[in-house]
Amino acid sequence: MLYREAGQFKTDYASDQAIFPISQDRLGLAVIIAGALAIPLSGNDFLINAVATPFLIFSLAAIGLNLLTGYTGLLSLGTGAFMGVGAYACYKLTSIFPDVNILIWVAVSGLFSAAVGTIFGLPSLRIKGFYLAIATLAAQFFLEWCFIRVSWLYNYNISGAIEVPQRELFGIIVTGPRATAETRYYVVLGFVVVMTWIASNLVHGRIGRMWMAVRDMDIAAELMGIRLLSTKLLAFAVSSFYCGVAGALMTFLWYGGAEATVFNINQSFTILFMIIIGGLGSLLGAFLGAALIYIMPIVLRWVPELLGLPMQAATVEHVTFMTVGVLIIFFLIAEPAGLARLWQIGKQKLRVWPFPY
Amino acid sequence: MHLLYMIFIDPFVQMGQAPDLLAQTLWEGLVGGMLYALIALGFVLIFKASGVFNFAQGIMVVFAALTLVGLHDAGLNAFLALGLTIVVMFGLAFTVERVVLRPLVNQPDIILFMATFGITYFLIGFGEFVFGGDPKVMVTEDLFLPQGSITYKTLGGIVQLQKIDIAAVIIASIMVAALAVFFSKTRIGRALRAVADSHSAALSVGISLEQIWVIVWFAAGLVALVTGIFWGARSDVSFALEIIALKALPVLILGGFTSIPGAIVGGLIIGIGEKLGEFYWGPLVGGGTDAWFAYVIALVFLLFRPQGLFGEKIIERV
Repeated sequence: MLYREAGQFKTDYASDQAIFPISQDRLGLAVIIAGALAIPLSGNDFLINAVATPFLIFSLAAIGLNLLTGYTGLLSLGTGAFMGVGAYACYKLTSIFPDVNILIWVAVSGLFSAAVGTIFGLPSLRIKGFYLAIATLAAQFFLEWCFIRVSWLYNYNISGAIEVPQRELFGIIVTGPRATAETRYYVVLGFVVVMTWIASNLVHGRIGRMWMAVRDMDIAAELMGIRLLSTKLLAFAVSSFYCGVAGALMTFLWYGGAEATVFNINQSFTILFMIIIGGLGSLLGAFLGAALIYIMPIVLRWVPELLGLPMQAATVEHVTFMTVGVLIIFFLIAEPAGLARLWQIGKQKLRVWPFPY
Repeated sequence: MHLLYMIFIDPFVQMGQAPDLLAQTLWEGLVGGMLYALIALGFVLIFKASGVFNFAQGIMVVFAALTLVGLHDAGLNAFLALGLTIVVMFGLAFTVERVVLRPLVNQPDIILFMATFGITYFLIGFGEFVFGGDPKVMVTEDLFLPQGSITYKTLGGIVQLQKIDIAAVIIASIMVAALAVFFSKTRIGRALRAVADSHSAALSVGISLEQIWVIVWFAAGLVALVTGIFWGARSDVSFALEIIALKALPVLILGGFTSIPGAIVGGLIIGIGEKLGEFYWGPLVGGGTDAWFAYVIALVFLLFRPQGLFGEKIIERV
């Protein structure tokens, strides 16, 4: 009823090519952004600190991996390590140059991650599919080992962990234990909105089309004149950049500290789940997947309490694991192309409602 | 110059000076490699027959070992527990085929890969829920597996072999031989190979895919059980074992996804390479290299043979 495009005429190419061609979509997006801006007004620290901020950070990492795996078709299991590179790079940069604006260092740390990602992306020219996973796994385990063994990276702390120093921006404390949850949330939100916008422009433009051509069949793409070397490496670089920024944000604005285990293989797998469940090759999918995989266990932990079932914490944990497993399989069977596809089908149904076609 | 000496000459001098240590390291690498090879074998069985990259193989190892120990702790005779565990593994294979594989038939590889993650999560939660998360001791004695060690005085020193390791190598070899015979001589084995070649061609000559899938998952479950027994006997039975599945990945990739000999040779190369690398070159960079050395070995091999040592040649057409 409400979701109709009747009466919305497109009078030029620009409006026909728009990413959100229907005005209701644009309205919906505005509502979502307004809602995101309004979350801190609730004043609920748990909601901001343990749900909203991590969700945004995971979404950013998922976008990064989606650019590589979903759009370019290169499977990567090294996301966690690339996030780690971003986090450690940011930490080193801000310890060496403490006076530079921390937000600049968060963005620059992505470049370090991109450089490392490019190096480990080199084998992708020769190795394909699941075989490529080994190259990224090598990156994962080698970098994780570096995070533990190279004590220069964490300033020779005895604990072997990063402790985020306090940094201010225009007189407001942004990082460190004294920063408020609201400030951190807004900073993360700013990064995520800007980088999502950039990613959206990338994938809808020439570069995105090159990536998708390589994904669909790289030999055919090469015959059409797309240079595989630069295209694949660019995908690795951009993807690692996003992951690196997400890692830096995670350490500086969520955990407030980190050690090597934060960036282990499970982190890589978690983000891979997000994009597969959310939808490969879809930016919306990255958000939906992050929401499902990150927020679902939090909600599931509440369920026994709400039902009044007396359960021990360990049992709740086990049951949560089982439920997550079952739900993953359920969602895959229900819609293998991911939640983003479900959303598209739902929109189409709404458009033609009450008719089936 | 000193660094080059440390890398290229010193390790070999050490090897020459203490051949007993070299033999000991090689033996440990061999045993470790054999166990990696067993896990990779489980992967290969399933990948060949159904094209599913089964990430759950690692947790199946843990689950099988836990079931065995858990049933024994409940007061059952060890061999009865073993028999029941086999039944449980069959039940698991049957359920996986029914609930997961059948609805997802014909989906892209990565979706099936993801589905096995769902299985992994479920089994982790289920295993901890039923048997608890604490490490357990494998029922080595009750299964009449030998314990203790044999010490040889050779090569100007002492070489110590754990009896359980010898048993593991022997039983693993027997199992691989049995699987090879099963694949080449029996009706079901031939059906399995037909399915591996082409699903649709196999269907057209009347082979039931569902039945074959249950059989391969069951076979993989049995391999997992054997792996679990020996790995559990060397350390404890706990969920930490799950990470050895990740170690099996380079083995698998090195050998090629579809080759049983590849899994064995790959396992031995990785196992021995990892131990030698850690023992002779590890101290140069501060140790702990076995976390990533296997992947680097596999990566180097892959750069020269992108389909693995024994994998089928990848032919690409536009």
